[in-house]
Order: sequence, then structure tokens, then C-alpha cells
Amino acid sequence: MSEKIYGIMAEFNSPAEVLHAAEKIRDAGFRRWDVFSPFPIHGIDKVMGYRNSLVGWFSLVLGGGAFAQTFGLLWFTNAFDYPLIVGGKPMFSWPMSFVPSYILMVMGGAIGALIGMLALNQLPRLHHPLLNKKRFELVSRDKFVIVIGAEDKQFSVIETRQLLEKLGGTQVDIVEDPD
Amino acid sequence: MADSVTNLEELKKLAPPAELRRAPVVEGNPSLGALTDKLSEFAEGKTPGWWKFLFAISAFCATVVLPVCLFYQVFTGVGVWGNNHPVMWGLDIVNFIWWVGVAHAGTLISALLFLTRQHWRTTIGRMAEAMTVFSVMMAGMYPAIHVGRAWFDWFMFPVPNSNGLWPQFKSPLMWDVFAVNTYMMVSMLFWFMGMIPDFAVLRDRATTRVRKTIFTFLAMGWTGSARQWHHYEKAYVILCGLCTLLVFTVSSIVGLDFCTSQIAGWHATIFPLYFVIGAVFCGFGMVLVILIPLRKWCGLEKIITMSHIDKVAKLALVSGLIIDYIYLVEFFIAWYSGDTYERWVFGHRLFGHTYLYLGWMLIGINVLVTQLLWFKKVRSNLVWLFIIGLLINCGMWCERFVIVVGSLYQEFLPANWGKYMPTIWDVGLYIGTLGTFFMLYLLFVKFLPMIAISEVKGVTPQADPHHPLGGAKNGGHQ
Repeated sequence: MSEKIYGIMAEFNSPAEVLHAAEKIRDAGFRRWDVFSPFPIHGIDKVMGYRNSLVGWFSLVLGGGAFAQTFGLLWFTNAFDYPLIVGGKPMFSWPMSFVPSYILMVMGGAIGALIGMLALNQLPRLHHPLLNKKRFELVSRDKFVIVIGAEDKQFSVIETRQLLEKLGGTQVDIVEDPD
Repeated sequence: MADSVTNLEELKKLAPPAELRRAPVVEGNPSLGALTDKLSEFAEGKTPGWWKFLFAISAFCATVVLPVCLFYQVFTGVGVWGNNHPVMWGLDIVNFIWWVGVAHAGTLISALLFLTRQHWRTTIGRMAEAMTVFSVMMAGMYPAIHVGRAWFDWFMFPVPNSNGLWPQFKSPLMWDVFAVNTYMMVSMLFWFMGMIPDFAVLRDRATTRVRKTIFTFLAMGWTGSARQWHHYEKAYVILCGLCTLLVFTVSSIVGLDFCTSQIAGWHATIFPLYFVIGAVFCGFGMVLVILIPLRKWCGLEKIITMSHIDKVAKLALVSGLIIDYIYLVEFFIAWYSGDTYERWVFGHRLFGHTYLYLGWMLIGINVLVTQLLWFKKVRSNLVWLFIIGLLINCGMWCERFVIVVGSLYQEFLPANWGKYMPTIWDVGLYIGTLGTFFMLYLLFVKFLPMIAISEVKGVTPQADPHHPLGGAKNGGHQ
């Protein structure tokens, strides 16, 4: 077997178990690791040390951009390129431009949120080394898995394995990287 | 296991009395694994007979009735409908508003109830969103063909063209184009993003190669890592917020289409609010109509519990009461304005001719039948609720008819008076859209995760690491 190692995975049975184990792994100084769960675990963000997600910025930029663009478009089309008098109303005004701009802001914001989520998660990807593991299929069901990546400086096939077993992980297994 | 029993006993001693306790989201407290099995059971199991039967009927309406009516209308012209001077807006606009209305309750349930942290919404949210997506599709079709020359629909979008013309953005009818399209797009994004973790569930459970391939593509490589959930939850909150904005925008703009005109009966400042609340009310009726049979046929009685149905009924009651208040205000203002034409129109809604029975149906259903929902006995009786849900849909349809046609058929000048009767093509198109809606819904129920699997699991007691039942000791596993 000349395959590279992606990391070591260990299974846990409940969110509380995996949360406590994650705290220990963090304290041990690991950096390239992640917790996999069937639903978001309350409090895991703090343990993993995640700051506020950047998705909001994607949404703001695309939403704000859409708002400004629509505003500009309305001015360009109805007041500049082909001025049209309708019912004696001004060529360009706040009330007429706000509503379409606001609506397209919602559209831009929504697309931004989805794109941001996918981009920050590096999705879509058609494959992931973990998806090769039969046991990993249980993560979407009722198991909680911690994977410590081989790229971590502290990673060692034997010691990391022992650590995960000590923390209560079951089915500790090596994940191969086929690439 | 011994630990869990003591924990439970202790919990019972500390818990408030039974009548004050919050109903559990999922009955029977199943383990996470059992819950996953239960929730993906229908999408993976054999296709039941009722599904095939209903699918055959709705697919016939969608693939035969709808195209026939559409083609005939598009090839011949809007004249095949009953629309003619002075009633230029007939069933096409009535049904357009009705379908937009059906959509709104779905967004309200999935987005607004998420923002207010109502855990029970997890069980019905996905089904409500699907209702939104499909009914907005149906709604969007109507104005597109009502313009008469459907091949010129692109005129409505600011596309540079050889005529050098642009759309006229000072009209709410133009805003509508953007509102409805945005609503459809954003609802679909929201619906799809919510399903990504559940696609992963179905991918991991897939037993055949075809299923595995399809759901691998749809899940887009979702692994459920803490980082993914972190960004996902943020995106979800943002989408919920944006969808909530849409609930209050789309129907308001439809309302503005009416109230910016001079027609007596339309020219009222309450219209945007009126249309939003009417939409939500109608949508809750549709939610009842869809949920009550499906929860029984799909064996989801323990997931979509009576407590959830009760809450939907209460929301229907609340929106119904607001609608009743708006009727009152509308009639009062018509009288108080002293405007002869307005008084005439409102008087004729109930004491006129031709359409007065629709006016009385509106009062009978939306004002009187809704009051039945005050009673716990009615709210806990599924047959009653189903009938009330159907009636609410009828009542709201009558309301839109009364507003659209009832205000147009007797305009300011008696020379402009006329009548409107829907033709078979009007009715056929409506039946076609109903069929398409239900066909899409049945396909959704059968092939996609119809209940948000990961969300429901996330609100069970054993999913909370700080809950006594979710602790490291037993984790709620059986």
C-alpha cells in the first residue's frame, strides 16, 4: 500500500462525548482536525475556535451590489437613456427606484449567502477521502466522528491513535488519501 | 441504561406540571438512528397505491389539461377567456393572487418561525417550503400569459434591444415582475440549501448505484464537519431573514398593483397589508389541506404531531382574525369616505347582483367558519380541520374574485358596465395549474427528503450536549 494517509478517525456516540473529546484535542494543541456530526452541535463553534462566519459578508456585498446596480439601472434606463414622462412623475425618484432595488437586493443577498456557504466550505466537491470509509456513512445518521489530519504537525500514527482511544473514541481507524 | 432511568426520574420530579410542559417536537423520543430511518423511510420505500392514484390524476391535469389550455390560449389570444371590457382582469389574475397567497404561508413557516426559534417548525418546514416553490411557479405563469403575446414577455426585462426601449419602472406592475421572480428564485435557493445535509443522509443510506450517484451529486460533497455546519447555519439564518422580507414584499406589491389605480374598491391604502395577511391566511389553509392527509398516509403521526397541527390551526385563526378586521375597516372606510362610487361598489359586494353569493361566501367562510378554530375540539379533529382548510382556500379564492371582478364590472359610468363569466379555458387552466402543483408536490414527497432530517434530529433532547438526556452517559441511544 503506497497510499498516503489522510488522517485518523474515531467515533463517538453522543454530542456531549464528542464535545468533551474535542476540548481535549484542542488543548493538546492540534490544529488540522474537525468534528463531523449529523446536525450542528451546540457549543462546538467555541471549542473549535471559529469566529463569526464570513457568509454574511458575501451576502452583504452581493446584496448591496445588486441594490446599487438596480438603482443605477433604473436611473440609466428611465431617466438617462430614454427619458419617459409617465403621469407627470419625475424622471427619477426615490420611491420608484427603492422597491425594485430592494427586491433585487434580497435576490443578491440570497445568492451571496448560498455562494458564500459553498465557497467557504469548498463545496461542491465530488469526492472526499472520508466518504470512502464505510463507517463514515453513519455520521449522517447518529454517530459523531473526530478526524485528526495527517497534515497536522503533531500527527503521529501511533500516538494520535492512542489519544483518540483514550478520549473514548471507538472504531479508531486510519483514513487513506487516494490522491 | 441504569443511569438514564435515574436521570429521567429526577427530571420528572423537577419538571413543571403536565399542563405547563411543552409538547415534545417528536413523540416517543426515538433514538437518532431510529429517527433517521423513520424520516427517510418514505423516500426509500415502495411506492404506495394512493401515491400512484393521485399522481395519475394530477399528472393528467399537468401534462394534458394544462398544455391544451395554454396552447389554445396562446395561439388564439386572450379572448378565449371570459375577460372583456370592462372586466379585463378575470380568473387569470384571481388565480395569480391566489397562488402567490398559497406560497406565503410556506415562507412564513420556514423562515419567520425559524427566526423566532420555534422548534416545531422543523417537522413541517420543508413541506411548507416545497409548497411555496411550486405555487410561486404556478403564480408566475399567469401574468406571463395574461399579457396576451407571451412571446413578448422578454419586454418586461431590461434587455438592450434594437428598439432602444426600456421597461417603465414607475409602475407596480413592473415591480411585480421582479418581486415574483425573486420570490421564486430565493425560495428555491432556500429550499435547496436546506436539503443539502439531507441529500447527504440519503446518499449515505443509498443501496442502489443510481440513488447513490444522484444523491452524491445533489449533496455536493457534504460531510457534516463542524466547519461546514458553522457556515451553513450562518447562511441559513441570512436566507431566513431575506425570505421573511419577501413575505412582506411580494404580496404588498401585488396589493400596490390594485391600490395605485383609481378604481373604487381598489383605491385603498390598506391593500398591501390586506394582501399579505390574506395570502398568509390562505396559505395556512393549504398547509392544513396538505399536511393532514400526508402525515397519515406517510406514517408521520409521531413526527407531525397533533400539537403541530394545533399550532398551524391557531396561526390560521390569528391571520383569519386580522383579515376579518381588515374587512371591517374596508367597509367602514367605504362608508366613511362619503364617496358615492366606493359606497356603491361595497354595497354591491353583498347586496348587488351576479356576484353577491361570492361576497356572502367570503363573509361566511373567512369570518364565520374561521371562528370555529377557537375551539380545542375543532383543532384536535383532523376531519374538521381538513374541511376548514379547504373552505379557507375557497373563501380566499372568493375574496380575490370579489376584489378583482367585483370592482371592475360596474365602473364609474353605466356605459362601462358588464359581466364576466369564466369560460371553460379559464377553468381548465386553473385545473391544469392545480394538477401541476400536486404532481410536483407528489414527486417531491416521494423522491426528496420531505422532512428536514438533520433539523429534526437537531432539536431532539439527545442532540443537546448540555441536556441531562443528551449527556455523555447515555446519549439517548437505545
